[in-house]
Amino acid sequence: MPESSLEVDNLHLWRGEQHVLRGVGFALGAGQCLKVTGANGAGKTSLLRTLAGLMYPEEGEVRWGGRNVRRDLRAFQGALAYLGHEPPLKADLTARENLHYWIGSRRRLSAATLTQSLARVGAEAFAERMVRTLSAGQRRRVALAGLALCLVPLWLLDEPATNLDADGQTLVGSLIAEQLARGGLAVAAVHHELPAAVGAVQRLELTA
Amino acid sequence: MSVRLVQPAVAVPALNEYAAAGAPVGALEAAALALRRDLKLAFRKPAQLVQPLAFFALVTMLFPLAISPELAQLRQVAPGALWAAALLASLLAFEFLFRDDALDGTLEQYVLSGQSLTALLFAKTLAHWLLTGVPLACMTPFAALSLGAPTSALPGISAAVVLGSITLSLIGSIGAGITLGIKRSSALLSLLTLPLSLPVLIFGARATQLAIAGGALVAPLELLAALAVLGVTLAPLAAAAAVRISLE
Repeated sequence: MPESSLEVDNLHLWRGEQHVLRGVGFALGAGQCLKVTGANGAGKTSLLRTLAGLMYPEEGEVRWGGRNVRRDLRAFQGALAYLGHEPPLKADLTARENLHYWIGSRRRLSAATLTQSLARVGAEAFAERMVRTLSAGQRRRVALAGLALCLVPLWLLDEPATNLDADGQTLVGSLIAEQLARGGLAVAAVHHELPAAVGAVQRLELTA
Repeated sequence: MSVRLVQPAVAVPALNEYAAAGAPVGALEAAALALRRDLKLAFRKPAQLVQPLAFFALVTMLFPLAISPELAQLRQVAPGALWAAALLASLLAFEFLFRDDALDGTLEQYVLSGQSLTALLFAKTLAHWLLTGVPLACMTPFAALSLGAPTSALPGISAAVVLGSITLSLIGSIGAGITLGIKRSSALLSLLTLPLSLPVLIFGARATQLAIAGGALVAPLELLAALAVLGVTLAPLAAAAAVRISLE
């Protein structure tokens, strides 16, 4: 199996009395995107967190490159980027400082790369502002800059276009398209359609 | 705000270039970054720093008012008063150890960074000790003087507080990790960490007592150092396991 493949087999996840994931399975190869849909509470976020190794399923297996991710969870987690509902940003740091500390724990970043990434998502104008003073959409753009800077093969995105205007949603589409073009994979949980730029995607609908 | 949808400024790497895209950082480097980040954040929110210290100062100042200004009498209660106040002040600070990072998703990103969570949490605990334990140790001589301790006892008392506060921060990291997902967890955090902190309280108070009496305090200091070494060895592992479970 090539390294860039994600296979999920018969995932079952319980939260107390609630059977959140009921035998979820799919396979994703290099350059492919999976769109996960479902009503509120259907388990979209739980699926992404389980894929990321943040939640432990009662049954089933997640394989990365044909190997069970639990065999070397840290290495697998180093190969993925997870963007949840809330951007993982510190209110009392500037946008640039946030990226420096967030992505800096993964790889070395030059100031120029950081600047380019912030410009790429239209965040250069507020790069030096404290995150607490940014709007929800601006914070999301900073988080997208971080996502792009991770340069990892697997993206797990939970409502990536939340709080973004039309331009921002197109930006999300182009970022995902670039990720797929370089052979990466993306799993995106969304309520609505993914931006057209993403192209053809596989679909998985979860039911509550 | 208009978005410029331009071609990426850097060439998009192919899949086999991911590893070469930027030199990965080692665990030590990532931990050093986490330490610097926490120190920077703390100095931008000084209120959280001052709170435990103000509490410590207030409690130790209350004893002369409540008991008696008689120095001989104060000297007798000084060891217990100092260490009880230090322990309670530390408890106040434990609450902030991981809480903000859990709320804003930073802890999740630490788990997903591919780095050793143990090393990252140890760095956070070290930052916590530098920001609460060290200032506490700096304040202790003044508090000890107000409780009638002779100046000759101050180096010994400070050394005991430095060693004891290391262990207290490490114990706090375990408690903070376990109670991470629990709302209004202050009481539970105290219940969990206070019993574990008792050896520090006992040996610390004994060292302070001996320092005030002019006795040899090597034995309790060695025991405090041993506890600190044990804490440094085991607590970060326990804290990392607790955080992983709490984040689930």
